[in-house]
Amino acid sequence: MSSASGVPARTGQADPMTIESESGPGLGQSRREVVASTLQRRGSLVVLALTVFGASLYFDSFFTRGNLTNIALQNSFLAVVALGMTFVILTGGIDLSVGSVYALGGVVAAWGAGHNTLVAIVAPLLVCGAIGLLNGLLIERAGLPPFIVTLTTLLAARGLLLSLTQEGAKTYIIPTGSSFATIGQGTVGTLGYPIFIALALYGVGTVLLQRTAFGQTVLAIGSNEDAARLMGLPVPRTKILVYVMSSLLAAWGGMMAAAQASSGVTIVGVGLELSAISAVVIGGTLLTGGVGTTGGTLAGVLLLGVIQNIINQIGGLDSSYQAVVNGAFLVVVVVVQTFLSRRQRL
Amino acid sequence: MTGPDTAGPALEVIDIIKQFGGIRALDEVSFGLNPGDVHALVGENGAGKSTLIKVMTGVYQPDAGEVRLNGSPAQFPRPVDAQNAGISTIYQEVNLIALQSVARNIYLGREPRNRIGLIDFARMNRDASALLAEYGIRLDVRRPLRSLGLGLQQMVALARAVSVEARVVIMDEPTSSLEPREVETLFSVIELLHRRGVAIVYVSHKLDELFRICNRVTVMRDGKVVHTGDMAGLTRLELVSHMLGRAISDVRRDGRTEFGDSHARADDPVLSVSGLERRHVLHDVGFDVRPGEVVGLGGLLGAGRSETAKAVVGAFPLDEGQVTVHGSQLRRHTVAGALRAGVVLLSEDRKVEGIVPTLSVRDNIALAALPALSRRGLVSRRRQDDLVETYMKRLRIKASSPDQKVTELSGGNQQKVLLARWLSTRPKVLLLDEPTRGIDVGAKAEVQGLIEELAADGLGVVLISSELEELIEGSDRIVVLRDGVVVGELRGSEVSEQDLVEMLAAGGDATARSPGSDGATDDNQSQNGDGAIQTGRGPSPALETKETSR
Amino acid sequence: MTALTAARARVRLDTRWLQDNGVYVALVAILLIDLALNPSFVSPGSLRTQLIQVVPVLIVALGMALVIGTEGIDLSVGSVMALATALLPLYLGYGVVGGVAVALGIGIAVGALNGWLVAVIGVQPIVATLALLVGGRGLANVIGGSQKDIHNTTLNHFGGGELFNIPYIVVLAAVLAALVAFLVRRTTFGRQLVAVGGNRVASQLAGLPVRRVLITVYILSGLLAAVAGVVATARLQASAPDQLGRNIELAAITAVVVGGTPLTGGRVRILGTVAGAFLMQLIQSTLISENLKDSVTQMVQAAIIIVAVYVQRSRQS
Repeated sequence: MSSASGVPARTGQADPMTIESESGPGLGQSRREVVASTLQRRGSLVVLALTVFGASLYFDSFFTRGNLTNIALQNSFLAVVALGMTFVILTGGIDLSVGSVYALGGVVAAWGAGHNTLVAIVAPLLVCGAIGLLNGLLIERAGLPPFIVTLTTLLAARGLLLSLTQEGAKTYIIPTGSSFATIGQGTVGTLGYPIFIALALYGVGTVLLQRTAFGQTVLAIGSNEDAARLMGLPVPRTKILVYVMSSLLAAWGGMMAAAQASSGVTIVGVGLELSAISAVVIGGTLLTGGVGTTGGTLAGVLLLGVIQNIINQIGGLDSSYQAVVNGAFLVVVVVVQTFLSRRQRL
Repeated sequence: MTGPDTAGPALEVIDIIKQFGGIRALDEVSFGLNPGDVHALVGENGAGKSTLIKVMTGVYQPDAGEVRLNGSPAQFPRPVDAQNAGISTIYQEVNLIALQSVARNIYLGREPRNRIGLIDFARMNRDASALLAEYGIRLDVRRPLRSLGLGLQQMVALARAVSVEARVVIMDEPTSSLEPREVETLFSVIELLHRRGVAIVYVSHKLDELFRICNRVTVMRDGKVVHTGDMAGLTRLELVSHMLGRAISDVRRDGRTEFGDSHARADDPVLSVSGLERRHVLHDVGFDVRPGEVVGLGGLLGAGRSETAKAVVGAFPLDEGQVTVHGSQLRRHTVAGALRAGVVLLSEDRKVEGIVPTLSVRDNIALAALPALSRRGLVSRRRQDDLVETYMKRLRIKASSPDQKVTELSGGNQQKVLLARWLSTRPKVLLLDEPTRGIDVGAKAEVQGLIEELAADGLGVVLISSELEELIEGSDRIVVLRDGVVVGELRGSEVSEQDLVEMLAAGGDATARSPGSDGATDDNQSQNGDGAIQTGRGPSPALETKETSR
Repeated sequence: MTALTAARARVRLDTRWLQDNGVYVALVAILLIDLALNPSFVSPGSLRTQLIQVVPVLIVALGMALVIGTEGIDLSVGSVMALATALLPLYLGYGVVGGVAVALGIGIAVGALNGWLVAVIGVQPIVATLALLVGGRGLANVIGGSQKDIHNTTLNHFGGGELFNIPYIVVLAAVLAALVAFLVRRTTFGRQLVAVGGNRVASQLAGLPVRRVLITVYILSGLLAAVAGVVATARLQASAPDQLGRNIELAAITAVVVGGTPLTGGRVRILGTVAGAFLMQLIQSTLISENLKDSVTQMVQAAIIIVAVYVQRSRQS
């Protein structure tokens, strides 16, 4: 049985068994590929840099220490929310409940601050973590679509919020001198604590996503959930955890905001989920999941923040322009992403 | 080719039974795999190969019987458990994470850690490079998997499978999307694994491959093992006979089907197809169909029969090719265009490509004829009812009413609904892809009778069937495909099972090649999917040199 | 074993019966509960108020039902309402017809953009319509600014007037529901729509114009949302781009799903959708009339939505 020897006759190259990947006609394609994927990953950073550069030229008051510090502080809350959203979207899901959870976190924290700082920190995280767990269980165990589950928890969390505040009539004030308020009001030099907290969370988030098995599983689920299951990765656990994380981070964003404002305001956070999603997508994360970075999201948040700042600087424009710009950005980014990923797949 | 270790089977299944509904997908199947074996598992569609694989990999639980691993009973409640026990599977479709790097794919779920418990990417990339180099593959393991060609992706899947200390590797049609050169690399790796004593189950319908690399073979048919033994000494003809269930000496032509005589008229062809070309799939496929004629498309699994049929109706992308209906060439390659010209296809996969499960029998029948039933965008209820009634009667569709949901019907009646859908568009040519698969005996005879009737009415019919009997008795002529190439045609009285089986089994080094193998022209016009791999395709040194210098 | 199979079949039949008719049972049940708790609630006058209030959601839900029938979703409907209400007063100078035409035109435009993104570019429906949910509301605010009263007699008459004791807007909603039901049942387009939602591959192989069907569906959804915007504006006699139609996408999706149209597409039940919209309206006002707080009302509604989606989900198997 000569044919079963398994050693085919070969001619031509010295070692035809060796397959080199970086040679020959492949280069052209792979360069295009590299451009496409770089554009995807770094696009938001480039646009951010250009916008900052342009704004510095046009507005004298833009590139000042005060203004930049202000932008950083104002956006640190959204940044924390968008960090959790990044993980959810990376698994191919979506969390529309973060706006309500953000408000709920702030209100529960302000209520808790009336007792002591520990309650102010633990209570909102417990309540909001439970909402995230509910999201995760309904999505993973009951197999319901993420958008409808989180859209209803958006509604339910608002309801819970209203019932805690006598239908929005009562505003919990954080007692002056409460150490909880320091979280939002403390500064190092001119930089507020929330900036450092957000940066620290991004540091942890980046390591979690890039350097742990959990992060690898998140990316794998978003890319190909069936394959991830077949590879034996802990898919159900990871998916549930991601929604819990998103709720916890949304709550933490709301808690910092409440600490800064010294009160739990019930009307905050409406539409925040849309800003968070915009930031994540503009930051280069595929809405279908599987590809994206925490750094990109941070750039996306800052880009939205800078645009908001510019709109304010122009004057005479109300904040609605921000939403228009967000929406336009989203359309463009999504269309570009679809084309880029089609190109890479070819 | 004997394994280095012959201590006993690495994996064994004994008297496995697996039922789905009332149907036995596996009927007391026993199968043993020795270390170092490269064991071919073959059979036509529906023979039970995939069910057997799924039982061995923990995707399905057997209803009865035993799975033994290294001699002791084993159970795999989940796929992970089979993997942990050392049984890895390479699927036909590469089942990896396309967006992530090669190295990550190899080590997902068991990444090397550094001292503080974080993933050590430097080491992971080094290990991955070294691992792939063992198989003769040198590439940047940080590249995303999807930037590689399918062949390399398959190789990465293999590297992953083997690096988890696999003792058994199951490969399900691993070469179906590979270039010939990539196939060579795969074979070298299989050879390497064989020498290391890894047992391999190799599922493929490409006979050449089986004869080249396998030392054992098991043939399945209708959920049973019909032959198992050494590859050596087995002829191609014998193997194909086992697969099709026809003893060579026992070739009958006794009319057990409902087909009768030919109705072919001597007219000009109603359909003529020529030069269908699709890289790796079809090469210069062409045939004619006359009114009243039933032309069979013969071939083993993967020969390109379904692709040819789909290409004719515009549902499969072509690089080149002409379809002419009644002398006028179809300009645009779309389903709607073919439909208007009167060429329709009853496709193979009833569930995915046929029925609309949420709709009634009526709506399913009237779907393709909607434009004809409508005036100014309104569907005429009366004409729709007439049409549906006509065809339900004519095809004897058993449904409580036209409003019954199509999913509540039996398989045979669903098939008749689809046949009605196409007949109601008054086609000139009807292509039938496995029209009697998965339906009961009575319905089968009815459908065969219908085909006969339709041809008698002057319709041109193209029939694809894996059942030799149906194909031979149903067709006036049979065009035989192998690896996407027309290799012959059997006419009228020539058509016997003997001839057909011989033609299906023929091949070997001289003739059975993938369509690309004689494809210098083919190459020039095609965009290289992944130029990163230099593709020497075909055994001819001259060709390969030409390739490399390009 | 046969007994078991039969029992299982019965359970399956019951689930399906519940999926198909649960909304009507629930509607009767809620009316009976109201009758027991608070008879005055079921008076003609009170029911008339309910009808008027449900109109915008109902009209939006009609378009949503079509989109969901194709296995899609349209989250931009609330923003389309906002755009319509923002544009309407600006063009009333050209007469009511001009103003309404521009308002409906923006609905068509947004729908066309959605449809293009979904059918041609291949973006998932959620994502495509989310972008317009974000941008549309902002644009409406930019164009329309803060709430302002509208003093146009024709429009206000339409919003408040009656035909044989039935408010015009209720008549309009009924006519639209009938039209959409007719569209689904009797037109080529309607049949193609459900086929595309039920099995896109098979539809393509049957030669259906899948792209055109999808684009048209999103245009219709945008158009109907714009109509809802005009109706709400006429009724309010004011343009409120910031508030109009907030969260209406959830209310509309709920009406559709509660009414027996599965999110997985392939079926459109217009009568069920009408009943679903009315049911959610009655539940809400019952809760309010029983002096339950807004907060509790919201949480109860959330629970009902989840249950409804869960019940419809099990249809697939």
